[in-house]
Amino acid sequence: MPSKVTALPVKRTFGQTMRDDAWWVQPVIVFIGFSAFIVYSTWAAFQGVNYMSGNLLSPFYSPEIWGSSHHAMIQADGPPGWWPGFMPYSPAFLILWAPVSFRLTCYYYRGAYYKAFWADPINCSVGEPRNSYLGERHLPLIVQNLHRYTIPFAFLLLVFLTHDAWKALWFEVEGVGGEEFGVSIGTIVLTLNVIFLSSYTFGCHSIRHLAGGAIDVLSRRPVRKVAYDCITCLNKRHMMFAWMSLIWVGFTDVYVRMCAMGIWVDWRLF
Amino acid sequence: MKTATFKVWRGNSDGGDFQSYEVELDHGYVVLDAIHQIQAEQANDMAVRWNCKAGKCGSCSAEVNGQPRLMCMTRCDDLDLDKPVTVEPMRTFPVIKDLVTDVSWNYEVKASIAKFAPKPSDQDDGTWYMEQYDVERPQEFRKCIECFLCQDVCHVLRDHHMHDEFAGPRHFVYTANMEMNPIDVGDRVVSLRDELGLGYCNITKCCTKVCPEGIAITDNAIIPLKERVVDRSYDPIAALISMVKGG
Ligand code: SF4
Ligand code: SF4
Ligand code: FES
Ligand code: FES
Repeated sequence: MPSKVTALPVKRTFGQTMRDDAWWVQPVIVFIGFSAFIVYSTWAAFQGVNYMSGNLLSPFYSPEIWGSSHHAMIQADGPPGWWPGFMPYSPAFLILWAPVSFRLTCYYYRGAYYKAFWADPINCSVGEPRNSYLGERHLPLIVQNLHRYTIPFAFLLLVFLTHDAWKALWFEVEGVGGEEFGVSIGTIVLTLNVIFLSSYTFGCHSIRHLAGGAIDVLSRRPVRKVAYDCITCLNKRHMMFAWMSLIWVGFTDVYVRMCAMGIWVDWRLF
Repeated sequence: MKTATFKVWRGNSDGGDFQSYEVELDHGYVVLDAIHQIQAEQANDMAVRWNCKAGKCGSCSAEVNGQPRLMCMTRCDDLDLDKPVTVEPMRTFPVIKDLVTDVSWNYEVKASIAKFAPKPSDQDDGTWYMEQYDVERPQEFRKCIECFLCQDVCHVLRDHHMHDEFAGPRHFVYTANMEMNPIDVGDRVVSLRDELGLGYCNITKCCTKVCPEGIAITDNAIIPLKERVVDRSYDPIAALISMVKGG
């Protein structure tokens, strides 16, 4: 690389800019949006109760690997034997690391939280608080390069959540036993959750690369070409789906929780 | 006709300041017209670089109300003319005079990147066969007019002055153009990681937002290049696969 450039204009201090628009609005919205989600989802994960209602299971608790509800893979009261006694237990703890690591290393979220939470930069053409800068070239953020390793877990979760939406189509027939097909608001909420999460997941930059981005002559690979084109289409809206899926997954938990607590009734359409 | 106040940065590498000028705006004026009028009527010694006045030469880059813009493509009636309009030189390069900066560092960086290396011709007439579909990816990058507005806004250069370690978005677009070209056999992946400092980009997308050519710099050039670097340097499974394939 060429020599150092000297005689550059003096760096602007934190928040200093000649921009005349409300540049702070965007980082504030992102900060509040992410913080609200983190606070709510942490609270919900610690609850360990009211995460299912009839045929509905909250996505924060799916799959319920070890728990007391009839959705659980291994039904048991209390934590697994190996769970450290001093730590509170909730079935959410066994699975939440998967979506968290997928979103935390997502290219869209990275750019967004570096700005809103670390002010690096707080917004484009606005002065920064720190001089030093490591970027994603050095530790710790160099680990962001492993984003692709979180993809299999994201896929697996989609399978479970699709199964949950399917289960939300079957209702117990009261007094008779057995199940009948039907649709409730909860069915729609869980189905939309799968749609938004899939649109977000399949628009991933790393999946786009693995599907076809790595190849320069894609026209000779018809299957990968179609996959690449479809992913590119979702990828263009990756930010939008990142937000829609985040908000909706939170709302889905709220919905199931409210039904479980008896505050809302899962209204059956047919 | 409307009168507007333009606060234009006047000075050189030793320093300078904003000076106010009143301009009678004619219908359809762009910022460059206003600057030219100031130059013609009030400040004959004002330095400004321009060439095409059509958004194609990339010469008239500056910061209008703090936003990196081509002056010739910024319509005055899109600006809030009730307040003074600020016009200043790009902040990522050394100032020569007034609105003119020394962008030669960019040419040095470009010269340091491995050149386009086509594979041997696969046609009788000495040319290559390519599908339009495959050329479309690099074609997006060929729209670049080298205005360097993306370099100006990128905080790694603008706020951290890492010119000796980071090539900047313009040169990632340039490199992507060659790396993704179906007939190129050159390899710039390791140098992207080491000399060109791709890892310093933290995906703020500021470069994409200012590109007058609408190139999706971050999504289509930088992130795909980062993924290629991951294949080679950070992903043990990808490395193993390419080793087995003998790549
Ligand atoms: S996306 Fe990367 S290259 Fe573009 S402005 Fe942001 S840090 Fe710079
Ligand atoms: S990529 Fe866009 S902003 Fe950057 S130099 Fe080229 S045309 Fe200008
Ligand atoms: S880049 Fe956003 S999920 Fe992979
Ligand atoms: S004068 Fe050529 S781009 Fe503005």
